[in-house]
Amino acid sequence: MQVTITINGEEVTRDVEPRMLLVHFIRETPGLTGTHWGCDTSNCGACIVRLDGQAVKSCTVLAAMADGHEVTTVEGLERDGRLDPVQEGFHEKHALHCGFCTPGMMMASRALLDENPDPTDEEIRTAISGGICRCTGYQNIVAAVRWAAEREAEVKQEA
Amino acid sequence: MATTVEQPASPERPIGFGRLRRKEDARFIRGQGTYLDDIRLPGMLHGAILRSPFAHAKINSIDTSKALELDGVAAVVTAKDLETLGLAWMPTISYDTQAVLAGDKVRFQGQEVAFVIATDEYVARDALPLIEVDYEPLPVVVDARKALDPDAPLIRDDKPGQVDNLATPTWEAGDEEAADRAFAEADVVVTRDIMYPRCHPAPMETCGMIADFDPKTGQLDIYNGNQAPHVHRTVYAHVAGLPEHMIRIMCNDIGGGFGNKVPVYPGYVCTIAASIVAGAPVKWIEDRSEHLTSTGFARDYNMHASICAKDGRITGLEVDVIADHGAWDSTAQPTKFPAGFFHICSGSYTLDASHVKVKAVYTNKAAGGVAYRCSFRITEAVYMVERMVDALATEMGVDPIELRMRSFIAPEQFPYETTTGWTYDSGNYAETMKVAMEIADYEELRREQAAKKERGELMGIGVAFFTEGVGAGPRKHMDILGMSMNDGADLRVHPSGKAVVSISCQTQGQGHETTFAQIVAEELGIPPEDIEVRHGDTDKSPYGLGTYGSRSTPVSGAAVSLVSRKVRDKARLIAATMLETRPEDLAWEKGRWFVKGDPEQGATIEDIALRAYSGEELPAGMEGGLDAQIVYDPPNLTYPYGAYICVVDIDPETAQVKVRRFIAVDDCGVRINPMIVDGQIHGGLAEGIGIALMELISFDSEGNCLNSSFMDYLIPTAMECPEFELGMTVTPCPHHPLGAKGVGESPNVGSPPAIVNAVIDALRQGYPEVDHIDMPCTPDRVWAAMQGRAEPPQ
Ligand code: FES
Ligand code: FES
Repeated sequence: MQVTITINGEEVTRDVEPRMLLVHFIRETPGLTGTHWGCDTSNCGACIVRLDGQAVKSCTVLAAMADGHEVTTVEGLERDGRLDPVQEGFHEKHALHCGFCTPGMMMASRALLDENPDPTDEEIRTAISGGICRCTGYQNIVAAVRWAAEREAEVKQEA
Repeated sequence: MATTVEQPASPERPIGFGRLRRKEDARFIRGQGTYLDDIRLPGMLHGAILRSPFAHAKINSIDTSKALELDGVAAVVTAKDLETLGLAWMPTISYDTQAVLAGDKVRFQGQEVAFVIATDEYVARDALPLIEVDYEPLPVVVDARKALDPDAPLIRDDKPGQVDNLATPTWEAGDEEAADRAFAEADVVVTRDIMYPRCHPAPMETCGMIADFDPKTGQLDIYNGNQAPHVHRTVYAHVAGLPEHMIRIMCNDIGGGFGNKVPVYPGYVCTIAASIVAGAPVKWIEDRSEHLTSTGFARDYNMHASICAKDGRITGLEVDVIADHGAWDSTAQPTKFPAGFFHICSGSYTLDASHVKVKAVYTNKAAGGVAYRCSFRITEAVYMVERMVDALATEMGVDPIELRMRSFIAPEQFPYETTTGWTYDSGNYAETMKVAMEIADYEELRREQAAKKERGELMGIGVAFFTEGVGAGPRKHMDILGMSMNDGADLRVHPSGKAVVSISCQTQGQGHETTFAQIVAEELGIPPEDIEVRHGDTDKSPYGLGTYGSRSTPVSGAAVSLVSRKVRDKARLIAATMLETRPEDLAWEKGRWFVKGDPEQGATIEDIALRAYSGEELPAGMEGGLDAQIVYDPPNLTYPYGAYICVVDIDPETAQVKVRRFIAVDDCGVRINPMIVDGQIHGGLAEGIGIALMELISFDSEGNCLNSSFMDYLIPTAMECPEFELGMTVTPCPHHPLGAKGVGESPNVGSPPAIVNAVIDALRQGYPEVDHIDMPCTPDRVWAAMQGRAEPPQ
């Protein structure tokens, strides 16, 4: 079957098997390998992307279900050569070691901040709890998201 | 000796050590890392493995015909095919043998039986159920404590002369007679059966490989995220008879390792064989349940321990261990250490005597016993001794910190020779313990606990103090498969003063590209951003044993420091010629040799580098260029240590344990990048919480693995981890050129005993008869302990 998905603003059309997972579609067709795969049971969150703005696990969505919808991946965070504050925060606060969970963690965090620009630590932890990071112990991820929230608040105030 | 102040970046220390943000982040935050599955080669085929549903069964026949008929399937490889290539069996990392694909019988659930090669991954997996295997189930043994029973089924009937399930004969350390004497003279003796259950490192990226064999040239390119690429190359050369200089291993980015990516797995050999047979690149990547059921597990140690005290001080320790090695003996440790470094179990204390016995058995379970962020069984040793010290303190009615304080090795006793033969390098244990007590406000915590007890609340405070031995190791004692545990480094300073340093260890997230650049920066005064760190590609890096056992900084870090000093020494000679003076009249400041007494007269490392490659005069007899090579042989292990305090609350209604606070004071010697060190500690503490409270690989009586996905193998999320409270002391390592000791594994080693001690302390507030509980302290197991029926996990 043929599906058309808008990924990071670009339409991608391809013939797929009905069983193809969205995560595989994203990684194979436009070759956006920043979205990772880490488990068979929808537990790890390495595959989190945004589907029409919602953070979803792309291993739990069929490519066919995303037909006609918009997907944003980690590659879509940076705009016009400018890093998203969440990306900057992850770097500033050492919120990544091996980097494998990082795209999923950043997409979940971006979705949170869009909805709640001033989250508490507890809210940040809840928002990223659909993902597993084996390396960082989460503390610096929480700090990174807080950093990004503060940075965005500053920018808003300046504007 | 110790100080609690970290070395700040200051005008005097403008570059080098400090909280430098990581260089490698740039690609990862953009989703541009190159993990194995991100690599696609033209014409690449895909592999998938058929695995055994039985834990022990004879294979009567394998029929691959239906699978071969499936569109897109190129080949199905079985043990028979591998036999013709001489690849049906391979050596393990511990000089045992293991089947690459099962031919005679399967010995654990999840064992590799056939390897399908197809045009895409979906098709390869579609073919698996079409392979027909006729199994004849055999009796199973999953409990290591029953593996040597006379009626236990013989698992390794492939080994000539093997009549039982003994994997390694009894191995001993310490002095039995002296230990017996210490116990005979003791005032108090405590004995416990302590199990460190089977768990799994479970890095977020599973294992896999792309093998690309070029039949025209004989060149084999391997893409494979592993922790020891040079050793793997040597293994493939030996196993497959391929010329080592025609094998290149490229690790690229690795999504975590934690010890799990040290071994060579059967899937790798299958992938290489498949590429050779197919004459095309072949990719194979396991799924999560394959990863959890077949790759290297950790721990599975049954420890029977006794500890004693005399005159209020710990005096003796005796331990008898049965280690479960699974179906093959493929534990990862230096050859002369069949129980790893377990005999460091005398801990941080001045014992009069200790004695350790370890024997390992085969069971119908996946093989491994690899480290999980642990330097060769030190995690098991520390857990055992820190549980025992707590049990002893309880028996004596002494505060657990007080008993530790009384028994610590004193600062002036270093270097300290332990009762089992280790020579600890340096330490000030009491000082570090005090820092932890201060951060925790220990006295106040005890008051709070007493008040809560009055109200029927279960609050626990757990303490652990660990000493680790890391940075393996001296070549006269330590090798893996005959390769000495040394590391190379190769530093090239280019004419413009920018540098490339190649190291033999390989990052899986530890930040090598930053830390090693900082070491060169500190030694040579070249800014870290002008130093490129090469690693993980056997064609581009010198030979060395890899990253595990917290050995990168102690071994490779020392190598990089010393190779930089070699360059600096050469630079001095060149500077002397440039400044028309004698080398001994020059002094070094960061990045520059200058004339003593005339500091204006000097040459920067950039000037010197340019001169080294130029046509201008060099010192007589000197070759041009500014580079150096080294192989570092550490004179001893390094011995980082730490004091951990954990506060838990247990819900009396649900038996749920909540880690409320965790205080970790680590002394890992000099910290090169304190930000990265803190990050390593956070990560290891989260794993420790997982091990203590959640993570378990268990089996039913038929050998079915009950924790084969992240639905059942529970890993902490952000919700289970508290905000960690870190502190530090700095006691430099006397023999490491930078004074660094290594830290990666410390938090994983030190945290489980602190947490379990806290859980028991909490339980005893309401259930004073509880004297032990085995991990993981899940609500059902804690509830059972409250009811007086705590059992070790299966
Ligand atoms: S791959 Fe693990 S949740 Fe999607
Ligand atoms: S950084 Fe490695 S899994 Fe999160």
